[in-house]
Amino acid sequence: MKRIVIAIVNNQSGVLNRVTGLMSKRRFNIESISVGRTETEGISRMTFVVDVKDEAQSEQLVKQLHKQIDVLKVWDITDQAIVARELVLIKVLSNPQIRSEINGIVEPFRASIIDVSRDSLTVQVTGDSDKVEALIELLRPYGIKELARTGITAFPRGQQRQVTEMKPYSLIK
Amino acid sequence: MQAKMKVKESVSPKTGADVLMQTLIDEGVEIIFGYPGGAVLPIYDALYRTELRHILPRHEQGAIHAAEGYARISGKPGVVIGTSGPGATNLVTGIADAMMDSLPLVVFTGQVARGVIGTDAFQEADVMGITTPITKHNYQIQELEDLPRIVKEAFHIATTGRPGPVVVDIPKDISSELVEPLVPEDIHLPGYQPNYLPNLLQVKKLAEAIHHAERPVILAGAGIIHSGASAELLELVESQGIPVANTLLGLGSFPADHGLFLGMAGMHGTYAANMALYDADLLINFGARFDDRLTGNLQHFAKKAIVAHIDIDPAEIGKNVETAIPIVADAKETLKALLKEVGSAPSITEWVEKLKTDQVKFPLWYNTDNDILSPQYVVERLHKVTNGEAIVVTDVGQHQMWAAQYYSFKEPKKWVTSGGLGTMGFGFPAAIGAQLAAPDKTVIALVGDGGFQMTLQELSVLQEHRLPVKIIIVNNTSLGMVRQWQHAFYGGRYSQSKIPVQPDFVKLAESYDIRGFKVETAEALQEVFSKTLLDTEPVLIDCRVNPEEIVTPMVAPGAGIHEMIGVKP
Repeated sequence: MKRIVIAIVNNQSGVLNRVTGLMSKRRFNIESISVGRTETEGISRMTFVVDVKDEAQSEQLVKQLHKQIDVLKVWDITDQAIVARELVLIKVLSNPQIRSEINGIVEPFRASIIDVSRDSLTVQVTGDSDKVEALIELLRPYGIKELARTGITAFPRGQQRQVTEMKPYSLIK
Repeated sequence: MQAKMKVKESVSPKTGADVLMQTLIDEGVEIIFGYPGGAVLPIYDALYRTELRHILPRHEQGAIHAAEGYARISGKPGVVIGTSGPGATNLVTGIADAMMDSLPLVVFTGQVARGVIGTDAFQEADVMGITTPITKHNYQIQELEDLPRIVKEAFHIATTGRPGPVVVDIPKDISSELVEPLVPEDIHLPGYQPNYLPNLLQVKKLAEAIHHAERPVILAGAGIIHSGASAELLELVESQGIPVANTLLGLGSFPADHGLFLGMAGMHGTYAANMALYDADLLINFGARFDDRLTGNLQHFAKKAIVAHIDIDPAEIGKNVETAIPIVADAKETLKALLKEVGSAPSITEWVEKLKTDQVKFPLWYNTDNDILSPQYVVERLHKVTNGEAIVVTDVGQHQMWAAQYYSFKEPKKWVTSGGLGTMGFGFPAAIGAQLAAPDKTVIALVGDGGFQMTLQELSVLQEHRLPVKIIIVNNTSLGMVRQWQHAFYGGRYSQSKIPVQPDFVKLAESYDIRGFKVETAEALQEVFSKTLLDTEPVLIDCRVNPEEIVTPMVAPGAGIHEMIGVKP
């Protein structure tokens, strides 16, 4: 199962190495990482998409990340209401005849063509994974020359839905 | 009378290394284990200007294991200095060992000057990269003014929460840089806030679970020893009548001669302890991490039990065993809170009787019907002669398990062993550190002939400081545990596990001006033990034991904790 985990970290040399090192040490499979500075000086934000076996493993991941001294906050936001976006650049084979055809595909996705050459064009698309995947699949028949994805960056939404399910505790099991 | 000055000259610090020394003195460091070299020359020069005690091993590995033994016995952080490159890499095994066994160490490694870092300079190694996965935290000092704060943080991180090793990598140009006196800033670690006090709601749940339990058992780990909670544990056990099993590293946290003590659990634990964990309906784990050598196959571990786990490290809770009552806190604080919550003792007479019957029916046993010295007998005699009060430091392997089974520790901080990493070569240098931490106590280095040969160069340290460490070699001229597994699981093909070629250990000891004895019979053992173990001089006793002897009982790899073999002769 895929989990989206966010970590707020000290912006220091070696932090990325600490974080990815612990993931490989404990065999967490990282699908994507995006890192960048935040509104606070000296603090960075990392967004991971990881593939884990079960909830226990994702809990373990959060706890292990939390143990790192340079990691200030961690949370698994997969089950929350979130906005998750990634940016993808796709270089598609094209010639003048099919350019407008590709444009017709790109437009409904609110993606844009940002570079055109004699035999290819580059599409930039941002959005959640489903949207991005859909566009990639539509463009694939034309021949994708190159593809670059930033990986997801995500926020919990400002307003969260109510949580009603709580696991009951029982002595009887 | 004037207070004794620690710094010889009452001048302000002059170099970065002087600042380091002053910070160490301020931290209350009394002893340093280290080995000089190019990148730490400024540090050793500054050390020369102080009165700090420094122990020079004959290999960096000796320094780090000695620091581990020192930390385990004194409860204070072990301080180590090594030079860059090979000095640092020689420390790696001990750092990993301390990480696995939660020992507080602060390790200073020299580094090449900042200007040449990354150029494959002479004696350069990426210490940060190498030690990141095996330290609680590590630092490379980038600016001299950060040094006092970083060293302070290093000691704080190493000794609080779940203890562990911290590495501080110091480029040579920083330690030699001239500087005005530096005032250490306050430490600020927003990402590190260990939680000591338990959640009272969870404590109440645990008290309630104890009240309702029919088959409760306590598993006491090293967390009890780290937090100094033995008295509270004893009080809880006596007020509630709950039986106790120990982990390997938890030995001594509960008196072995107590009526409710079941012994060590795990791969070579007692039948009663393992069956208690297997059958329990409430398993209360105080400060143990459910290591695989304890649990055996997790499919069969504590399946009938509600598990309560008290650990200062939240990541250990739920890592291996599903936990119904998690308590992230210090063991002592939790026990204190729990003692206020528990009511009258649960009625568990039947359960306790059943376990006591198990103890009587399936005690630890070994062959006594031959003339060759039994290794288990060596440990039993050792207990007898030292009245069970010695500090016992072991290496890794069969002798380690026999020590754990037969020494019967009565109190905490008497047992030093490499548990998690299982480091051969650990025992002898760790005993040196233990002796330095407890100069007036009897310290036994109980080692195998294999492990001892990995670090025996440290005999020089005994000779130099006349440390009265008693080295007892359980000599079976083989790598006994490897041999045992080859016997049991590899069809008796003893690939590379027999090592009959070895030095004459008696002559070896004598060459270091240490008394040496070779012992082959029970009578000779008795005589040499009573003659030498309680005096104040070092001694080496080469005990030639039965090489065929195996550690029993055993949970075979992959088997459940209830499927023990060798429980009966």
